[in-house]
Amino acid sequence: MREIDLESLMPKIGKALIETLQMVTVSFLLAGIIGVLLGIVLYATRRGNILQNAVVFGLLNALINIIRPIPFIILIVSITPLTRLVIGTSIGTGAAIFALTIVASFSIARIAETSLVAVDAGAVEAGTAMGASPARVLFTIVIPEALGPLVLGLTYIFVALVDATAVAGLVGGGGLGNLALTYGYQRFDWFVMGVVIVSLIILVQLAQLLGNLISRKVLHA
Amino acid sequence: MSTAISFESVSKTFSVDGRQVDALRDVDLTVARGDIFGIVGYSGAGKSTLLRTVNALERPTSGRVVVDGLEVSALTGRQLGLVRRRVGMIFQQFNLLQSRNVYKNIAYPLGLAGLSRDRTIDRVEELLDFVGLTDKALAYPSHLSGGQKQRVGIARALANSPDILICDEATSALDPQTTGEVLDLLRRVNAEFGVTILLVTHEMDVIRSITNKVAVMQNGQVVESGTTYDLFAKPQHPTSQRFVSSVLHHHASDGALERIRRVHHGRIVQIHVENRESNDPFLSRIARQHGVDFNVVYGGVSELQSRLFGNLTVELLGDDGAVDAAIRDIRATTSIEEVGARA
Repeated sequence: MREIDLESLMPKIGKALIETLQMVTVSFLLAGIIGVLLGIVLYATRRGNILQNAVVFGLLNALINIIRPIPFIILIVSITPLTRLVIGTSIGTGAAIFALTIVASFSIARIAETSLVAVDAGAVEAGTAMGASPARVLFTIVIPEALGPLVLGLTYIFVALVDATAVAGLVGGGGLGNLALTYGYQRFDWFVMGVVIVSLIILVQLAQLLGNLISRKVLHA
Repeated sequence: MSTAISFESVSKTFSVDGRQVDALRDVDLTVARGDIFGIVGYSGAGKSTLLRTVNALERPTSGRVVVDGLEVSALTGRQLGLVRRRVGMIFQQFNLLQSRNVYKNIAYPLGLAGLSRDRTIDRVEELLDFVGLTDKALAYPSHLSGGQKQRVGIARALANSPDILICDEATSALDPQTTGEVLDLLRRVNAEFGVTILLVTHEMDVIRSITNKVAVMQNGQVVESGTTYDLFAKPQHPTSQRFVSSVLHHHASDGALERIRRVHHGRIVQIHVENRESNDPFLSRIARQHGVDFNVVYGGVSELQSRLFGNLTVELLGDDGAVDAAIRDIRATTSIEEVGARA
């Protein structure tokens, strides 16, 4: 058994952790904004809602249904031309963030839409009965009331992003997952593998804890 | 007395799975200012649909709904929004905003009306005091009991000092004790602020305890309407009679009559009892006059809006001719009806 060289290992793990955090947080923030906006568009263009529009809803809906089932490992490779166009290069952390953002945006769009649709129809009706315009009902009732479940959904996506970053190694994005793959899977270094897994577990636990906390704060349950 | 709400030939047809369903058929009703008007009916009678045309949550297929002189059924956009602020509404499931505390729930309609921050604070305090929830201002709806939630609902509905309050089964999700408290509050809303109240319910106890006018609905139609006293004292339509007998047991059922007949072999009559001007003891006077004995075998008398009414089932004993004469004389005073010949 090889001697464990902690001194050379620690900086590697530290660097990988930072890369992972960078990929996850940047793509999460970008996708959060894009996804929630798309979700609101989906909700608003639904039949019977304020901006009812079968074409916009249908196209967006179809696009989400096309993107979401593609395994990330395939998507990240298949969109390289687009990545090169937008980021300027198809490798590195930036390229990985681009692909992660696209995947997460569409997932968040669906989660946001679901949270908005699930808002109690009675609350919407109360707003309408009080004389609020449909736009006002959307922004001051539907969205605030959907926030609790939305935060939980976003937490789920955050964790899924941590998972997806493992694949980012494929385009040279680095990160913890990549470290585990190169050291653990390819070189059978179980120690590195173990350290990475523990780090990932801690990261995911912290994210879930924070998500639950925020959600409870928002839900007032 | 001026009119607060009038329904003029209101019909509403829904299309359900390609089938046409008439939710409302040609409804004509007038609610006067200051009324507490109840609409009673079984579920599916169309009463909620009718109520919801008042603030245009439902629009009639034909006919007009006029509120405060404005035809709400024809209004849209901003104008409709303005009318809706003049009509408060409370709901069976309260429909509070879970993401806002009590204070912010009540302040919501004030925000719509563009009230300043200072005046909003004052008004919400006033309303909280009125509904007795001053200590719950910062609580969230999920921490309130059903009765407290409905009181928040009432405070919210009253925020912009509406002329009219509509209540959609507002007490149906509450226990009897809490129902009583909410009804007391509604009575105060009517008495202290002069708010006209239109409520729908399937609970006759609610109708009896606070309304002064009532309409009975069935299959999208109003089958009977009038004062609450008249409905309880002399229900005309079979549905009304069924509703009344669900809370009042003045009349003996067929089964009870049969059991009575097993013991009482004289002629059985139903005598209507009502508030009367004179204190003439007509029953014993007439009985004595004709040499007839009477025996009260069933009945009940109730008070509604400080007026008495009821029905007594009485066995009359004596010669047929004398009993006939007694019945004739009683009929001159009140309504009397024989319930079949001797068994």
